[in-house]
Amino acid sequence: MSALAGVQFQSNWLEILGSPFMQHALIGGSLVAVAAGLLGYFVITRQNAFAAHALAHIGFPGATGAILVGAPVTLGLAVFCVGGGLLIGLFGRKVADREMATGTILALATALGVLFASLASANASTTTSVLFGNLLAISDDQLLVYGAFTAAVVGTLAVLARPLVFASVDPAVAEARGVPVRALGLAFVVLLALTITMAVQVVGTLLLFALVVTPAATALRITARPGRVALISVALALAAVWGGLVLSAMVDLPPSFFIVSLAVLAWVVVLAVVGRRRNRPAEPLLDTHHPH
Amino acid sequence: MTVLPATGGDRPAALEMVDVSVVRGGRTVWSEGTFSVAAGAVVGVIGPNGAGKTTLFQLALGLLPVAGGRVDVLGAPPRRGNRRIGYVPQNYTAALGHAIRCRDLVTLGLTGSRFGLRPTSAAERARVDEALRRVGAYDYAESRMSELSGGQQQRVAIAQAIVDDAELLLLDEPLANLDLRNQQEIVQLLGELHRERDVTIMVVAHDLNPLLPVLSEAIYLLDGHPHHDPITDVVQEELLTHLYGTPVGVVRTAQGDLFTRAAWRDPAPGSQR
Repeated sequence: MSALAGVQFQSNWLEILGSPFMQHALIGGSLVAVAAGLLGYFVITRQNAFAAHALAHIGFPGATGAILVGAPVTLGLAVFCVGGGLLIGLFGRKVADREMATGTILALATALGVLFASLASANASTTTSVLFGNLLAISDDQLLVYGAFTAAVVGTLAVLARPLVFASVDPAVAEARGVPVRALGLAFVVLLALTITMAVQVVGTLLLFALVVTPAATALRITARPGRVALISVALALAAVWGGLVLSAMVDLPPSFFIVSLAVLAWVVVLAVVGRRRNRPAEPLLDTHHPH
Repeated sequence: MTVLPATGGDRPAALEMVDVSVVRGGRTVWSEGTFSVAAGAVVGVIGPNGAGKTTLFQLALGLLPVAGGRVDVLGAPPRRGNRRIGYVPQNYTAALGHAIRCRDLVTLGLTGSRFGLRPTSAAERARVDEALRRVGAYDYAESRMSELSGGQQQRVAIAQAIVDDAELLLLDEPLANLDLRNQQEIVQLLGELHRERDVTIMVVAHDLNPLLPVLSEAIYLLDGHPHHDPITDVVQEELLTHLYGTPVGVVRTAQGDLFTRAAWRDPAPGSQR
């Protein structure tokens, strides 16, 4: 009980929300939510969920390596995520090949991360903030970088959206129709790496899935229209980030916990309400075709 | 060998090859491909597994370089992104999941290679509706692909292939994994599309029987070379037995229907030992 005694309602939570570090967290978290929500549909349709998870871990040695050489953590993360993403993207398009390559790169990266952390004699709290995120410590400089990254994601997606959907859900026909499937795959993985670089600092490498995949997975339960999936998953990710920060201000617990919990809660609720309908065999109901 | 009917009129051949060879991964898949598929033909592409049937399509689609010889598709060299070709790949429907509606998939066949944010126009939506209606998939256009049966998915795939008014349809094993009724309905649909749109259709198939009502000719890949003959010359016991490396029988019914069958018999079917 004594450990839980510190957890209590903070009556000045509105004040806390108005403080500069919370404002930074709200803006930074919102930028990440927009980028992550937009990319989620593609992560799922391209069967890249494991790659997204792995990229976050590949960022780990980038972050600890940056601490080692005294560079900004965001830079270290970005370099390793983009580099790792391109490596994964260059490996075979077959999911099975990619999974093996991804897993191997992931293991190596984690080992490097441990090595760098040890060499840099990074303290436990630095490592913890990489693994679980530290949204409340976002600086002005980081906000500028986040703004640029999110603008790049939104702008690029606006141009690539349609061919990227085609290449993601239907690669064989897309290629025959002249869509540059492979180039789009590499472009996508760079956007994903930029988003993950940001998201790692919001929810951490270990919890990233909940922001990049879960909102889109929830949206896909509601609709399969790519545009609507994007809108709904952005809304869900924003709601999770905002709700998580408010709850964190109320009871002084890490926002990562609340953000992830809210995202998962939405997924569970939608699964319970819509899931049953979707899982019902559609065949007898839909096979109403009449021969001409 | 009988002379193939000149169904194309004065139009250029749908697919013409002169001494073509194709290499994949350092291995010659087939060579000495010389044939001409007239515009308006309905062609079965047959041969044992690994003979290079899909490779033939990839050559026509410009997805695979021509190692030797000359290829012309609809009167021009093959090029990727040729909008005059509609393509339904093998195992197509199995690869598509829960994340796309039928209507959106068909729309991608029309606008999917376009960059930028311009929304789908009313005219484009009307063409998508027309294609969905034509294949009989309009009723389930709002469903996700994963919610449909194999036959329904195949209809949607064909709608996507015809939505841009293709002149040449390439279908790779469109009848695989379909039950008899769905096989017949898809073949019937192909026959109707052929008549209404005067489209050239090439179908890769491992079983000729369900397609025989619509096929005018066949390309068969035998001993490393493609051959092209009228269907009546291809459906011969000796040729098919050689082609598949297993005894194949050909039966002609009193009504003139033609079909092939495995030409072996269990010595004592159903007998009690």
